[in-house]
Formats: sequence, structure tokens, C-alpha cells
Amino acid sequence: MNPVGWLLALVQALLYIALAPLLAGWVRKVKARLQNRRGASLWQPYQDLYKLFAKEARMAHTASILFRAAPYIVFVATWLAAAAVPLLTSDLATAAIADVIVIAGLLALARFFLALAGMDVGTAFGGMGASREMFVSALAEPAMLMAVFTLAMTAHSTNLSAVVDYQLAGANLLRPSYVFALAGLLLVAIAETGRIPVDNPTTHLELTMIHEAMILEYSGRHLALMEWAAQLKLLLYGVLIANVFFPWGIARDVGAGALGLALVVLLGKLMLLGVVLAVSETVLAKMRLFRAPAFLNLALLLALLGLLSYVILEVGA
Amino acid sequence: MSRFDWLSEYLARLEDEHVVVRRGDAARLAPAHCLILDAEDWGNVARVAADSGYRWAGLWGDPVAEQVIVHAGFVHEGDYLILITEVPLSHPVLASHTPYYPAANRLERHLQDMLGIGFLDHTDGRRWTRHRAWPEGVYPLRNDFPVSGNSPHRTPADSDYPFERILGSGVYEIPVGPVHAGIIEPGHFRFQAVGEEILRLEARLGYVHKGIEKIAVGRDPVGLARLAGRVSGDATVAHTWAACMAMERAAGLDIPPRALAIRAILAECERVANHLGDIGAICNDVGFTFAQMQFGRLREDWLRGNQSVFGHRLLMDFIVPGGVVRNLTYQCKKILQPQHEALSRELDDLLPIIDDHSSLEDRLVETGYLSNEEAQRLGVTGYMGKASGQDYDVRRDHGYAPYDRLDVPSPCLMEGDVAERIRVRAEEIRHSLKLMEHLMRRLPSGPVSVSWPEVVSKREGIGLVESWRGEILSFVRFGEDGRVARFFPRDPSWFSWPALERLIHGNIVPDFPVCNKSVNASYSGHDL
Repeated sequence: MNPVGWLLALVQALLYIALAPLLAGWVRKVKARLQNRRGASLWQPYQDLYKLFAKEARMAHTASILFRAAPYIVFVATWLAAAAVPLLTSDLATAAIADVIVIAGLLALARFFLALAGMDVGTAFGGMGASREMFVSALAEPAMLMAVFTLAMTAHSTNLSAVVDYQLAGANLLRPSYVFALAGLLLVAIAETGRIPVDNPTTHLELTMIHEAMILEYSGRHLALMEWAAQLKLLLYGVLIANVFFPWGIARDVGAGALGLALVVLLGKLMLLGVVLAVSETVLAKMRLFRAPAFLNLALLLALLGLLSYVILEVGA
Repeated sequence: MSRFDWLSEYLARLEDEHVVVRRGDAARLAPAHCLILDAEDWGNVARVAADSGYRWAGLWGDPVAEQVIVHAGFVHEGDYLILITEVPLSHPVLASHTPYYPAANRLERHLQDMLGIGFLDHTDGRRWTRHRAWPEGVYPLRNDFPVSGNSPHRTPADSDYPFERILGSGVYEIPVGPVHAGIIEPGHFRFQAVGEEILRLEARLGYVHKGIEKIAVGRDPVGLARLAGRVSGDATVAHTWAACMAMERAAGLDIPPRALAIRAILAECERVANHLGDIGAICNDVGFTFAQMQFGRLREDWLRGNQSVFGHRLLMDFIVPGGVVRNLTYQCKKILQPQHEALSRELDDLLPIIDDHSSLEDRLVETGYLSNEEAQRLGVTGYMGKASGQDYDVRRDHGYAPYDRLDVPSPCLMEGDVAERIRVRAEEIRHSLKLMEHLMRRLPSGPVSVSWPEVVSKREGIGLVESWRGEILSFVRFGEDGRVARFFPRDPSWFSWPALERLIHGNIVPDFPVCNKSVNASYSGHDL
């Protein structure tokens, strides 16, 4: 491996961190416009993070070392998972570890510590959030894996770089299996990133929270890391959907021009996805918590249909 | 049908029970009738009233010399009956009304905390309003307690309140509050839940006790009206009106028709503003921000209209004893009318969206169900009652001026869930707009206030007003010096808080906020 490749991998990983708040800001902005509001500036999430990092981190008396460590673990695990998803180019030094199983594992690790931290201080809300998070993720994870396996079967690899390369090499993208898998993954992404209709990231009502309930006790830099990790996760799912299902524009060589074009195309795709998310969040009310299984079962069913339609319609075709 | 034609039947039934009652002076608390009875019959009269299906409308004590004069209000067919008895401070014991009227629980405990009256057969002897502010045996509403209070220290935090617990495997407790995440008032809620299902909810209120009843003592009428306007800020018009009505009846003052019409316009303005805010807020609690933004905008426009026409966004202190502060100019009509038309048009667009939205319907229909029977037992009024089959509106059924000359429409729906409470609010907004249009079109001419008589001594009166939350009952007694000796405003929240505890049964924990918002009881009006 050449040093340029490693450098590029590092740049891509840093780009994830840098872009994550922008996507969150974009979704908020579009939502505000849809509600006839002007909305905060696109850079507001950066300013929020800056503010939180400058603040003192307060800790509950009952907090253990786990509570302090969790924000770092959650952030790093989410970041590593994100870095494994091809952002601008699939031809990277880190391509070898860009495996969906690894990504799912890293996300599960982050969630595990997030839930533990939620329960650590012993407040009712933290425990409630943790139990709800586990309840949702237990249903979301299999659906996500199932959707990605549909892709993996066509490319004969669970490596995302290989999947992207396979598709760019001229595979037919208008397959029934892909449409099903995409629909399934969209639903999973909404549930996993805590968006309406499964969770409401902007609510102040503790009793209704899932993700926010777990991080209620955090403040200062710890809260900043937790927020940032959540934004990273949103970006991760956005890029996963944008680059794996619509891989056009990904740089196939590492020239400056190709990478620049890839960045522009990627931003365009993410903007579009952000608009879709904002529209769906505006027209839908949050579901009753007990409807979440039905929602995720639908995701699982769609992913399963994708898998089946691949086997029935596409194998050997 | 004439007024009080049911009273002779009630008296006959009391006679059958060997209860001796005396008809009080007809002018004492007019238009309500008074019955005076012995303390030992206190429980029996409530039992007979409950059997006859009368609604229980409040309880308050009035310390006079070495006695406490206890009043309880009952309502039937829009007529108010006040039962009055006396208990000596040396032995202040009465039978409880709670066995017959569950909603009497907290008002009796409030009376017990404030005046030291013990209630026999009361199933629940826990303190309610007092928290830990005063030592045992000290009762702030008694005459020997100074208005300025007797302790310079901060009240210690309320702890060890014996919440009722449910034991069993998998049952856990969720304490919420008293400090909440939103900008709302303080109150503690204790849930007992299995999984996400709520088995029991108990509210612990009293955190916003401001001593309203005590600091009213010694005020002049204008001062009391201002105080009444601060019992519950969102119902400032209704509370001020009720207090003024009570004082004016005590003084035997006739209010000019123009002032009454302006008061009604203010009351309807307040109703519209609060209902608009509530509809948006209920939708926001299920994550439907669109409605919150739109209705928030409508409410804001409305409040700005209030500011430009009446000089205050929430219409505080516009009503004064004897009338209203200022006349409405012709200019005002020119501002108000287009504003009403604009709101009407916007509602035509927005309300169908709320009504037809399937994902909202999924959250609001059958959530927070209050049965018609439960609503009747608790005696809830306003949108809470009207959404659960209780067809009562003080404006229409009791008919105080100027509504007695108007045709006041009042919705009565049966479903009793959150969606129904939205629907009642939406209908009330439309009705209020019509009423205001009518009032403004036929605004009587003449003065807008009369001067207050020199001294009104030793007289009492009650005020009855339909606030946006429901029925307000206000009691005022003047002392010998013409200053207020006792003031008790009974907010409808005394009944909607217990209703919330019941309608939450069987709902899931994350649905509590939306249920609570649909009830939107006042903390401040209840804690006093």
C-alpha cells in the first residue's frame, strides 16, 4: 500500500467528522422551511458542538467510570463504522475492512455502551430510554443485515468496496431485489438514527424519548461527543444508501479532479436524501411506541423480499 | 322550566332522611340559593345530593371569629345551591363528601391543610397543599396567622410524601418532575408501570402555592381584581371576571350593558387564544410539528391583536370592579373584524388537515379515554366534560349577563379521547368567533363602568364564569371595613387533575405527555 492511499483514507475519515453536522443542519433547515420558518443557519450544529465543548461537563454523583468513558467509545466506534463506508472512492487502503458485518458490529458496540451509560446513573429516564433502544434495535439490526445481504449476494461479497465496484462495473441497478432492499434499508435507517416516526430527535418530553433519554444526563464535551456520534450515524446511513444504491459519481481513480467531482455528486445525493427525510418528518406524526415493531417488521419483510426476488428472479438470469 | 324547580324535591328527600335544613337569606349568595344545616348532617346532604345526580362544585371554609363557616356548592340544571354549616375552631370536624364525590378529595385535604378541619370517613388523610411550609398544628388561613407569614426561612423540599405503591413483579416506578423539561409549571407525577403500560398515576401538586387566599385578605376591590387576574395567568380574564362578579353581587352593583359586552368579548378572545395554542401543542406532543408551528402562528397573531386593541397580550387587568378599564373605540372594531375573518379562513384550511391526518388519528383516537360516567362522577366541566358527554356550559345553562341574552352554542361530544378534546376546542373557537361577531355588531352604548360604592361591609357574593377551561366559582366576603375578608377562586383544574389520573389508565408511558396536554389543567389555579 502506498502512503497516498493511507492519506486518502485518513482524509475520508476526517471528512465524515467534518460533514456530519452539516447534514444534520441541512435536514433541520429543510424542515424549518417546510414549516414556514426561516430556521437556524446551516452551521448551527457546528456552533452547538463548539459551545458544548467549551462548557464544563457535569456528572451525576452516581456516575461510574463507564459513564465518563462511554461518549468516547460511542464516538470512536461510530466513527470507525462510518470510515469503513466508501465516501468518495472505493479504492482505499481501508477497503479491506469495509465489511458490512464489521460496520454492524461497530454500531452494535456503540449502542451497547450508549445503553449502559443510559442506565449507569440510575435515573428512570435513562433506563427507560435504554430499554426502548434495545427493543427497537433488536428488530432493526436483522432487517439491516438482511437488506445488505441482498447486495452482498449479487456482488458475492460482504465487502462494501467490492459491492460498489461490482455495481460500477456495469451491473444492472434496476433490479427488483435492489428496490426492495433500498426500501427496507430506508426504514431501518429512520429507526436506527432516531427520526420520526420512530423517535423524535427534537422533543423535550422525557417520557416519549428513546435516544435522547439515554443522553439526558450528559453535558459539556460528553454531550457534544454523543450528539456528534448521532450526527455521524445519520451521515453513515445517508452515505450507505447514496453510495451503495446509487454509486454513480464515486471516484474510480484517486486523481484530484475525480475526487472533487465525487465530493460534489455526493453532496448532491445527500442533500436530496436530506430533503426526503425532512419531508417525511414533516408529514408524519410520531408512531405509538408499540407500532415500532410493525414498522420494523415491514423493513424486515421488504429486505426478505429483496433476498427472495434475487434468488427467484436474478440468479442465473 | 323555571329555576330551582328541583329544590323542593331535594328538600323533601332531606326531610325523609330527618335532616333539618334552613333556607338561607335569598339575597345572601344570589343567584345561588343557600341552605344552612348542622355540622352533623354534612355527610347526609351530600349523599342525598349524589343520589339525586347533582354535580359537586367546590368546597371552601371561611374563618369568622371562633368558627369556620364551611360552604359546599352543588349544581343541577344550571342552578347553584350552596350548603353552609358552621364548625367551632375548638373542635373542627366534619363528615367527608369524598365517599359520594371522589373529586372532593383534594379540596377537603386543602381545607384540612389550610384551616385545620378534620374530615371523618376520609379515605385519604395525607396532606396536600401544605408540603412542609408550616409546622404541624399551624393553619395559615386562620385569622391568627399573619398575612406576611411567620417564617423567614425557605420552605424545606417536600419529601417522604407517601405515594401509593403497587407491588408485584415487573412493576416499576417512574418519578417525573416537579421540574420539567419544557417551560411549564412544576408538578410531580408518579407512575407505576409494567413495561410501558401505566397501572397508576398519582400527581403531587402544590409546588406553586402562592398563598392567594391569604394575601387576598385586607385588599380593596381593585386590588382583589388584580390578584384574581393572577390566579392562573392563562385564564386571567375569566378569573378576574368571576372575582369582580362576586364583589359586584356583594355590593349589589349593576354593571352597564356595554361593560358586560366588552367583558364577554375579552373572555371569548382568551378562549380562542388558549384553544389555538392547545391544538398546536397537542399535535406537537405526538411529533407533528407542522400543526404546532401553524397554530402557534395563529395564536401569536391573535395575541398581537389583543395587544393593539386592549393593550395587553393576555388581556390582564382590563376588567375592573364596576366595569372595564377603557372603552372600545370604533377603531378597535376595524382591527378586530378583519382579524376574525382571517382566522376563520385559516381554520378552514388547517382544521381539516388535523382531522383527516391518518398518522395523527393513529395517535389521538382512543388515547386518554375518559368515560362519560367517570366524567360525571368527577364533575369535570369545560372541554374535558364536553368531550365526554357532559353537556354543561355556565354561559348557556346558568346564563349570566351578557350571555343570558345570547344564543350560546356549546358542543357536546361523546368519545372522550384526545381527538375528541381537540374537536371540542376547534368547535369552541368557531362558536367564540360567532359570539364575538354578534357582540361587536350589537355593542350597547353607554358608560363602561360605574363607581364603586363607598363601603360594602359584611356582604358576600359568588361569581360564576365559564372560563376556557370550564366553570370557575369565586367566593368573596367583605369584612366590616369594606375590605376583602375571604376570597376563594375554584378553578376547573380541581376536577380535571383527578380526571387525568383516571383517563391515563391502561395507556402507555410515552402517551402521557399528549394526554396531559389534552387535559391542560392549571397548576397555578389549583395550587392557589
